[in-house]
Amino acid sequence: MAMTMTEKILADHAGLSEVRPGQIINAKVDLVLANELSAIVAIDEFGKIKGAKKVFDPQKLVIIPDHFTPNKDIQSAKVAKKVREFALEHNTLYYEVGRMGIEHVLLPEQGLVRPGQLVIGGDSHTCTYGALGMVATGVGSTDIAVAWALGEVWLKVPPTIKIEFRGKKKPWVSGKDMILYMIGRLGVDGGIYSALEFCGEAIEELSIAERLTMANMVIEAGAKNGIFAVDAKTEAYVKAATNQPYKIYSSDPDAEYAQTIVYDMDDIEPQVAFPHLPSNTKPISQVGEVSINQVVIGSCTNGRIEDLRIAAGLLKGKKIHPRVRCIIIPGTQKVYLDAMKEGLVETFIQAECVVSTPTCGPCVGGHMGILADGERCVSTTNRNFVGRMGHVTSEIYLASPAVAAATALRGSLADPGQ
Amino acid sequence: MIEGEVWKLGRDIDTDLIIAGRYCNISEPTELAKYVLEDLDPNFVKTFKPGDVIVADNNFGCGSSREVAPLTLKAAGVAAVVAPTFARIFYRNSINIGLPIFEIPEVAKDFEKGQRISIDPVTGKVTNLTTGLTFQAAPFPAFMQKIMDAGGLVAYAGERLGGAENE
Repeated sequence: MAMTMTEKILADHAGLSEVRPGQIINAKVDLVLANELSAIVAIDEFGKIKGAKKVFDPQKLVIIPDHFTPNKDIQSAKVAKKVREFALEHNTLYYEVGRMGIEHVLLPEQGLVRPGQLVIGGDSHTCTYGALGMVATGVGSTDIAVAWALGEVWLKVPPTIKIEFRGKKKPWVSGKDMILYMIGRLGVDGGIYSALEFCGEAIEELSIAERLTMANMVIEAGAKNGIFAVDAKTEAYVKAATNQPYKIYSSDPDAEYAQTIVYDMDDIEPQVAFPHLPSNTKPISQVGEVSINQVVIGSCTNGRIEDLRIAAGLLKGKKIHPRVRCIIIPGTQKVYLDAMKEGLVETFIQAECVVSTPTCGPCVGGHMGILADGERCVSTTNRNFVGRMGHVTSEIYLASPAVAAATALRGSLADPGQ
Repeated sequence: MIEGEVWKLGRDIDTDLIIAGRYCNISEPTELAKYVLEDLDPNFVKTFKPGDVIVADNNFGCGSSREVAPLTLKAAGVAAVVAPTFARIFYRNSINIGLPIFEIPEVAKDFEKGQRISIDPVTGKVTNLTTGLTFQAAPFPAFMQKIMDAGGLVAYAGERLGGAENE
């Protein structure tokens, strides 16, 4: 029977020859991710599972304290301490301050996520890895605890929606703009419970970094996972990261899709999502005059070296607007080091930006750039909910690294093409 | 039977509104409950009575995977949440931790704040006691019912592992 990529990967991990949308399966997982905020709850739940003394496979658990680290306060330090003790006791894969990175930038970079896998994570942006032709989805802490014990997760097979981007990108349009545009049309629940399978000429031309950015935000349309076909770029990326094996799945030509949606790249210009939903998008030509207090460039959405190169290209030899604070957050230690070697860090500092150690930090309202009442921030992150980055009356505008850097220079929302 | 007063919320109530990220390094549910829905309505926690029911519009619980979102609602005394749709991670988390949730299409328009609601968790029958209108929640798939009958996912996993007590 014809199946989509998502269905084939789920069927194989459930030991079934086929699965259908709506079917509930028990599937074996290849990797279980947790950060300190999901792990701290999962550790207690793991302790309550009768008969669970050991984790199912220490090398398939990865724990990364990245949200409030380096510890922002005593409470966060206590959380990180308990999580560290659990990771060391069970000998799991573990990345901390100095060796760490933002989880969804780090795992692809380290080759821990590869085509054909099924990965769950105690973080909603676990869907990022679908860019590499695998099924990856976010779950809660109890699901994590049970997967630690059993190596399995129950999943409902999602219907797949095909999302096709026809044509070629206009100048200054990136994967971030494409996914914001899609969310603007689908709405924040337009992909609810579904798999979004991306295809089309513009998708094929995207870098892996841009595909990771797009897959990262499918949760903002309510989707279970996003998935991209494996091509030569994917294989080159994975082979550069690891010599571990991977498996290529592709959708059958006659696979059934719940829906096919086509977007024309001629209609897509750089996008900005206005407060307070990622679906509240406007093209950059229609944003009007919006003055900005802070710019954040980084996060699991746009904290890769390609993102920093784009920002540095716009900031080189210039100073940001005197009233703006610009915070640059490389996604991993490797991204940070590469940015130093390439001279990007120097460009940022001379432009009067601050460069932070990798952390989720301001994106989740933790630290490193919290907003006061009424302040506005343009951010390359993924959520602009009320109070997400600080005070309940502060505002977040989501955009690409290019729009964010141009805005830092101008002091108000700006088109990088001008 | 669940019976209480209705608290009416809109659509796309996200997990940051339910419990803000700045409190997510707290894992004690009763402590978290002090901040429930704070950024939506700072007075919510002062006026909400344990046993009351939230009736919301589409996509309740969208956003983060934080399990403290349903845990906080449960600890604050929310007896149940009724909505046309729930975001998928919130849905799983609610089942896993035992926050009663009921999916009913178009339900939000038939409830107003302060009305009385009753819910039969076994049959899924929901009644607006103020207007007399009745609704039927979608039944849970058999597998999810099995998890709930076992007493949650942790108990279910214990059964799968043979149920030996932890030393």
